[in-house]
Amino acid sequence: MQQASSWILDSSLILVAAGTFLLAVSAAVVGSFTFLQKRSLVGDAVAHSILPGVAAAFLFSGIKDPWWLMLGALISGWLSLSLMDFLSRKTKLSQDTAIATVLSVFFGIGILLLTYIQHLESGHQSGLDQFLFGQAAAMKSRELWIYGGLALVLILCTLIFFKEFKLLSFNPDFAQTLGLPVRGLRILMNSLMVLAIALGIQAVGVVLMAALLITPSAAARNFTDRLKAMIVIAALIAGFSALLGSAISFSAKGMPTGPWIVMCLSILALLSLFLAPKKGMLARMLLQKRHQQKINDENLLKAFYHYGERHANLAQWIQLKDLEEVRDFAEEDQSKVLKRLIHKGHLLRKGEAFQFSRAGLDEARRVVRLHRLWEMYLSQRLRLKSDHIHPNAETMEHIISPEIEAQLLEELDYPDKDPHQSPIPYRS
Amino acid sequence: MSIEAFYIILTGALVAASSALLGSFLVLRRMAMLGDAISHAVLPGIVIAFLISGHRESLSLLIGAAASGLLATFLIELLHRKARLQEDASIGISFTWLFAIGVLLISAYTGQVDLDQECVLYGEIAYVPLDQISFGGLWTGPRPVLISATLFVLTLAYIIISFKGLKLLSFNEDHAKSLGIRTQVWHFSFMAMVSLVTVLAFEIVGAILIVALLVVPAATAFLWTRSLVPMLILAVVLGIAASAGGYYLALGLNGSIAGAMVSVAGIFLAITVLLKVLVQKKA
Repeated sequence: MQQASSWILDSSLILVAAGTFLLAVSAAVVGSFTFLQKRSLVGDAVAHSILPGVAAAFLFSGIKDPWWLMLGALISGWLSLSLMDFLSRKTKLSQDTAIATVLSVFFGIGILLLTYIQHLESGHQSGLDQFLFGQAAAMKSRELWIYGGLALVLILCTLIFFKEFKLLSFNPDFAQTLGLPVRGLRILMNSLMVLAIALGIQAVGVVLMAALLITPSAAARNFTDRLKAMIVIAALIAGFSALLGSAISFSAKGMPTGPWIVMCLSILALLSLFLAPKKGMLARMLLQKRHQQKINDENLLKAFYHYGERHANLAQWIQLKDLEEVRDFAEEDQSKVLKRLIHKGHLLRKGEAFQFSRAGLDEARRVVRLHRLWEMYLSQRLRLKSDHIHPNAETMEHIISPEIEAQLLEELDYPDKDPHQSPIPYRS
Repeated sequence: MSIEAFYIILTGALVAASSALLGSFLVLRRMAMLGDAISHAVLPGIVIAFLISGHRESLSLLIGAAASGLLATFLIELLHRKARLQEDASIGISFTWLFAIGVLLISAYTGQVDLDQECVLYGEIAYVPLDQISFGGLWTGPRPVLISATLFVLTLAYIIISFKGLKLLSFNEDHAKSLGIRTQVWHFSFMAMVSLVTVLAFEIVGAILIVALLVVPAATAFLWTRSLVPMLILAVVLGIAASAGGYYLALGLNGSIAGAMVSVAGIFLAITVLLKVLVQKKA
């Protein structure tokens, strides 16, 4: 018990957790805008491109001072952003090639400079090396104050310019016509992005930086359609992962913080992509399955109706094999569909034979009515030939809502027969 | 030139040439960032292969890397098509997650795995002459030279055999489909080749710099040429030149050879772009 409390109160854990929390949240906020502009991989490239700037700043200043390193990082991040833009605008290189070339060349130069420094005077560059993997666990309080402070400034800036950034991300032309200083705002937005990346690298390192930008927004996207809510959810997910990742890396000796943060983020994102209500993969698959079941149910009811209609007796007992006479849709396993229809109370069963219940007959009438009404509409209003309208009506009969049905009835003035001269069934 | 220098440059040139051949198609198919993703994503497979087999023997390494490369391709497709996430985000999430798993595995088994994070990132082509192998007195030389030569022959053979399919796939995928060509076969065999080059180049130039060798010479060649075969040849020549130039630059600066190779390739691209933009302005 005592051990646990001393672990929780460990001051360096609090320091690291607070630092990574701020860095992850600011990256998530900026990342939401880049995510929506489909510039996520641009962020990845900027992260790699920061390395030569850091190495050059160290070579130039000769000291490992956070302010100098940050300045170097910002300059080379900015340079890479402009170069990517230049390459894809002025040459025939595609955007992804421009991103990949800038990323790899800047990183190569960075590695060259880093190894040059390494061989120049040993020992001094150890802090620079941590730039690649993040140095969350090694963060000193002075660095934390600087980086944490910058992260707060960044979050505040985004809050102040939220409306402008939103407009710029979704509708830059409209922003221009409103008289907004689009150029200046874009420079500000890009600067914040470079700053967020330079900061986030302190937490997770160059290679994993892309995760800090992309993954929280991807996880938040499925829960909301509103930008504000998405940013808040993304920030919460990022902050929670940062705290959890720091805690795990502290409790397990020798475990790096950055990869654990990314691990937590990725798992949360995958869970949300698969399980989120309404938009998650699972929810959409279930919806699709339910829709398919509805279509199968309605098609079988319709077949029973057609058979009954042909034999002028809708109340008779019909066997499944009798339906071959009228059924023109593809063969499939009907036993499940039958079971469902009986369960719903649409069909009654006696041995191998089936009969409409009252509700089932109404339902079958409804489907047939919708089919024939739609055929009527297609032939009357769109002047389609009567041999062309059946396939379209086969789809539409499952989708038409009661409101549209009412509209159709009014529009066509309650017709008795469809274009093929079959009667349109109304409620008995 | 010393024999050591010759072996290093030769290995670099063979890897760069293989990468340039495949990279040209990556550039044409606008899939440069997919190459980047795969090169990061093979890490966990390689580490697991190390853990299971206990040595750096290439075959187990290859199987592990191919498996995680395939897993990455599958994950990207799943997130993009089934979970309807936009493509760039699908790529970003997949490779960072797999890379994080790889780094965590390395950290968890440090000491048991003869692999550190630095080697993963930069590779160490300077050790090439030390890793000697002998074939019954017929040939004695560095193992990486043999491996990269085999890789080059394999890649060249693949390109020649699949040339027609790859060309159609790169320039007009829909047309290829309408001709009844099984584009999926070509797509996956191509991605498998990219994974193969990535893995074999892994020890030599590292996970990240392999992307540079795949994309940069190919992009430079793309700017100079108008048809596929000249582009492939120029890309290979540029890759070889970057390898030789990089060796001497690294020698002069006393820095990473792989980093210098990429820097030289970058200089070629920068000169090309400058010349092209100047000509454009005059015209």
